Amino acid sequence: MPVSHTDFGIYLHWPFCQSKCPYCDFNSHVADAVDQKKWASAFEQEISRLADEVGPRLVKSIYFGGGTPSLMHPDTVDRILLAIRRHFSLKNDVEITLEANPTSVEVGRFIGYRDAGVNRVSMGFQALNDVDLRALGRLHTVASALAALESARTVFDRISFDLIYARQHQSLKSWEDELRMALDLGPTHLSLYQLTIEDGTAFAQRFNAGALRGLPGEDLAVDLFNTTQELCDANGLPAYEVSNHARSGQESVHNQIYWRGGDYLGIGPGAHGRITMNGNRFATTSPKAPGAWLASVLGSGSGEEDRECLSAMEWAEEIVLMGLRTAEGIDLSHIQKLTGKKIDLRQLVGLKDLGLLHQEGDQIRTTLQGRLVLNGVIREVAGLLV
Amino acid sequence: MTQLDLIRNFSIVAHIDHGKSTLADRLIQMTGTVAARDMKAQMLDSMDIERERGITIKANTVRIEYPAKDGKTYILNLIDTPGHVDFAYEVSRSMRAVEGSLLVVDASQGVEAQTLANVYHALDAGHEIVPVLNKIDLPAAEPDRVKQQIEDVIGLDASNAIPISAKSGLGIPDVLEAIVTRLPAPKGDRDAPLKAMLVDSWYDAYLGVVVMVRIMDGVMRRSDRVKMMQTGAAYGIDKLAVLKPQMVDIDELGPGEIGVFTASIKQVRDTRVGDTITHERKPCAEALPGFKPAQPVVFCGLFPVDAADFEPLREAIEKLSLNDASFSTEMETSAALGFGFRCGFLGLLHLEVIRERLEREFDLDLITTAPSVVFKLYMKDGEVRDLHNPADMPDLTYVDHIEEPRIKATILVPDEYLGDILKLCQERRGIQLDLSYAGSRAMAVYDLPLAEVVFDFYDRLKSVTKGYASFDYVISEYREDFLVKMSILVNDEPVDALSMMVHRDRAEARGRSMVEKLKELIPRHMFKIPIQAAIGARVIARETLSAMRKDVTAKCYGGDATRKRKLLDKQKAGKKKMRQFGKVEIPQEAFISALKMDS
Repeated sequence: MPVSHTDFGIYLHWPFCQSKCPYCDFNSHVADAVDQKKWASAFEQEISRLADEVGPRLVKSIYFGGGTPSLMHPDTVDRILLAIRRHFSLKNDVEITLEANPTSVEVGRFIGYRDAGVNRVSMGFQALNDVDLRALGRLHTVASALAALESARTVFDRISFDLIYARQHQSLKSWEDELRMALDLGPTHLSLYQLTIEDGTAFAQRFNAGALRGLPGEDLAVDLFNTTQELCDANGLPAYEVSNHARSGQESVHNQIYWRGGDYLGIGPGAHGRITMNGNRFATTSPKAPGAWLASVLGSGSGEEDRECLSAMEWAEEIVLMGLRTAEGIDLSHIQKLTGKKIDLRQLVGLKDLGLLHQEGDQIRTTLQGRLVLNGVIREVAGLLV
Repeated sequence: MTQLDLIRNFSIVAHIDHGKSTLADRLIQMTGTVAARDMKAQMLDSMDIERERGITIKANTVRIEYPAKDGKTYILNLIDTPGHVDFAYEVSRSMRAVEGSLLVVDASQGVEAQTLANVYHALDAGHEIVPVLNKIDLPAAEPDRVKQQIEDVIGLDASNAIPISAKSGLGIPDVLEAIVTRLPAPKGDRDAPLKAMLVDSWYDAYLGVVVMVRIMDGVMRRSDRVKMMQTGAAYGIDKLAVLKPQMVDIDELGPGEIGVFTASIKQVRDTRVGDTITHERKPCAEALPGFKPAQPVVFCGLFPVDAADFEPLREAIEKLSLNDASFSTEMETSAALGFGFRCGFLGLLHLEVIRERLEREFDLDLITTAPSVVFKLYMKDGEVRDLHNPADMPDLTYVDHIEEPRIKATILVPDEYLGDILKLCQERRGIQLDLSYAGSRAMAVYDLPLAEVVFDFYDRLKSVTKGYASFDYVISEYREDFLVKMSILVNDEPVDALSMMVHRDRAEARGRSMVEKLKELIPRHMFKIPIQAAIGARVIARETLSAMRKDVTAKCYGGDATRKRKLLDKQKAGKKKMRQFGKVEIPQEAFISALKMDS
């Protein structure tokens, strides 16, 4: 079987956290004791099962997300990466990222992760202000975050960190100062998320009860976004996606696989995957509860549930809704090939006139202003597919 | 057949919630007319809407056998009449079918406007009236005050009013005895040609059209051939019955009796309330007086939310009109709302009842346009046109003048709210005709334009008086006024379904409230949208809906694609419920809320 040339990555979900952050709606669980050997075996088994199914692939990226993957023992990471190497070919410049919390305990494992093959860490700083860190339910402090960054730099070449802004009671000025402080740390990649109140979170409960005060209104949120773009641009870290900034060449290979419509295996509780086989694109899902996933893998030999074959239209919609997030945009000719329907470019005039969309030939991309109202732009463009 | 002196025919006059249906239930129960196991609350209100709202829409009847203290068994026929002004004509006909009324007044509430209107119908019909004070067991009951009020406001002797509690059954035997001793027996000549009044009719899925009649003279027998004097149509009677309240077959109905028949009549439309029924061969000399054909006074458009529901809507409307001669329809097309129907109703309650029945019984989602009255357009060429729909308003240069229907409204209210009521009536172009007091309650009589009442008068009335006012009206006449058509423009595109006829002096206020409402209801777009109210080319109110500034999901990675796509699919489905006006999409919800009629 020839190697497929679709970009290919592997996502591994470690669902455990020491505590649940009030804003987080990711599939994360607080557990006292985790039998890491058992979990490593389950991951190995899933890697083997999926490798048999998808055939030879050249792995561009591996990503340990969570939960808190920096709670994984380096041996667990090592066993998983070994299994991937055994079943797949890895690109020479494969990107292997692990999400880490900036606490000293976790920093102690950095060398172990590097030795296992991890070459990029994404650190959850979230804020550079101790009061706000506590409000966000984080267990670390600014000092420990900075120390963790120092340590990480002695171990890894590629480091990213996350910040959450548009927080409670955050003024434009205070965010500007905080972002400048972040930029002064000389990052090559930054993920900057506006705080979103997600259903099912502790924040959502407080919000619905009217007890989450001081969130920015729309105008301030827009100013915060625009200021973020300006400061990052000025520091050589332009946005390559709504919330992601990087020096040229330091973009996350893994996330670009998602946004560019590549293939990815989703392994672990609640993980989603997209696999293209024989011209069909499949969406895979897994049971969300850690115990259920583990039992399913070890019991029935598969951690997957409800595999769905996307229609051409659904496939095209995903390309639109993921691709328009990025600065590079999407190629409409690619979508037309998928759906077999001609897109009437004249219908984009409205969005172009409003300065939300830029078009060159078949390539369309959102402007910064377009990205601010991306949901509306996506609705309009997706409306043209039919 | 029953001897005339052993028959008593009566109705119950009461305000909503004053206990009419409960009293009827007690009378039925205490005389053993319905076995206890078959009793359900509000026995006579057969429609869900009637039972839920505690209102009666269709006349109902029940024949009760009552062994009185004098040792004789009487036949008591209770006609439960509609209690609402929309059905005033039906009420007046039902009243003509009986000789007496029980006037039920809540002893803790007192006389209400609706009670008054119905008492007047009863007095017009020459009824003997027995006052009944209900809810006497409530701590808040003030029987003496309410008796005084009955005497002051209605002018009835209330000294021998019967105190009862329909809920507990207290005083019910006294009511039964009073019906026999205080109400007159019917009169009639058994040997005269048949003369019967058509009191009501309805469609039954198994029997076809069922006609309720009160025999005035003569005898109606099964297999008789009868003739409707108004329509001229003749039918052979298939089934003759009395209602207990279920149908029980009977061989003949004589003078003073009330019963029903079926006669292979296809449509309720073929039966006119108030018509006189006689024998085809040996007709009576003249018809009963007072017949009036039904005349719709309030019009609105009914449109399916989903355009695909147009056919089901058409079928549903056809079915309902079979059972309701007073409801008129014609097809209507709107740029905003697609295909639908312009429907005419006897009043706002009638409108609401029909709409609710369409939605519930036929499972349809409907958009109702703003209710409008019938304006009379006097054209310069001498022609007079009825305008049912503001969208049909011709160019003003062809119109000489416009007349609108006026009503005589009676409002009863605790006097602390009187000021607010007078202000409200003033705002609505009302002219005060009378103002009087009965105890601590004021009674204001106003001449008002019906168009102002169908807008949101009830809601305002309820809110300014915390629900303590009661209101009733009769249509009085058509009168000229300075009326104009107000259009609504969204992003400079006229939205036909939102245009309305208004008085020139009220146009600014009405336009302002409409554009403000729409600003809240139309979702923001990626551009700003002017919303305007205009008379002709002149803009009288304007709001600007600002552009959406931020609408973006901060995080979207591999695990989020499915969720985001499903959300997009949901929005696509939602788009079907949007109406496009130029570049602007207006959700149907916005029309529904902007046009929300007030009940």
